[in-house]
Amino acid sequence: MNQLNNFTKGFIKENPILVLVLGCCPALATTSSALNGLGMGVATTFVLIGSNVVVSLLSDLIPYKVRIPAFVVIIASFVTIVDLLMQAYVPALYEKLGIFIPLIVVNCIVLGRAEAFASKNSVLSSFIDGSGMGLGFTFALGILGAFREIAGSGAIFDYKFIDGDGILVFILAPGAFIALGYMIAVVSKFKKP
Amino acid sequence: MEYILIIITAVFINNIVLAQFLGICPFLGVSNKVTTAVGMTGAVAFVMVLATMVTYIIYIYVLVPLGIGFMQTITYILVIASLVQMVEIILKKVSQSLYQALGIFLPLITTNCAVLGVAILVIKKDYNLIEGVVFGASNAIGFGLALVILAGIREQLELADLPKAMKGVPISLITAGILALAFMGFTGIVK
Repeated sequence: MNQLNNFTKGFIKENPILVLVLGCCPALATTSSALNGLGMGVATTFVLIGSNVVVSLLSDLIPYKVRIPAFVVIIASFVTIVDLLMQAYVPALYEKLGIFIPLIVVNCIVLGRAEAFASKNSVLSSFIDGSGMGLGFTFALGILGAFREIAGSGAIFDYKFIDGDGILVFILAPGAFIALGYMIAVVSKFKKP
Repeated sequence: MEYILIIITAVFINNIVLAQFLGICPFLGVSNKVTTAVGMTGAVAFVMVLATMVTYIIYIYVLVPLGIGFMQTITYILVIASLVQMVEIILKKVSQSLYQALGIFLPLITTNCAVLGVAILVIKKDYNLIEGVVFGASNAIGFGLALVILAGIREQLELADLPKAMKGVPISLITAGILALAFMGFTGIVK
């Protein structure tokens, strides 16, 4: 029960993007289509799970004073793995996400979970926490990406359902800010206090 | 001439915050007041220029000759983290007043993706060292410009009567979106 709670909290109650507002840079930059958003979410989830597990395994060995640099090195190693894997197997997506793959390393949510959760909890809980948070992040990115794709180009997952252009601004930079702003407002309206 | 092009492109057309989405966290976090926004800009500018310089030199003279370009991310984040620490220690010794002004912002910069992002972009765009430094400095100016403008608007927004759910982050994001829209007007200045 407790683990289930641990898993689901990342979805709505403590959703990294919509409630905690952490890790907004990739959320805005990579959600010009649903597929890009989901790809970014999956990459971040992999890093989150990997770093959470390793941090909780090593938390007894890492001296308290140098924990932050140690966490950063662990996270950076996983980011490098994702970077190379994506370059090899999904080059098209890798091209689109571009600089934001290496930038997962400074995504506040990854370091935040390592410091706030994984360093104090067991390996299993950290794994579950990482997957829950990662899926919540992916979920938020997917929704935002889908919304921007539907409104901006009248398509979903590259399948076009209207003729001509959509509301172009939603594909461009300003639309990202405005869409995320309204999404957060809606969530905080319906969230239980 | 090409330096002027780099500056105008980085500050207005490809503004690091409003067009490239780098450094959103401090952009939302410290834009409550104009004075804190200016302090943060100073700290970011300082670290960004230094970090661009140091990471460029390390990439060209250490990572490339050794054939370990894939270590870029790990190396960069460590260099930036230690640079921030070093700047903090030096500032404390050399200029107490500057340390007072920038001190609290410095630790935040390590996780500012704008700094790491600019360092990576300089390599991606094949700039040389001087172009890289100019690029870093102009991105810092662009960051400051966006931050100070948003802070100015948010100070006024404090007085506005908003629905409760819109207060704070949502309205800042929407304001930033309208700012981004305004900045799109600069597209086309440089061919």
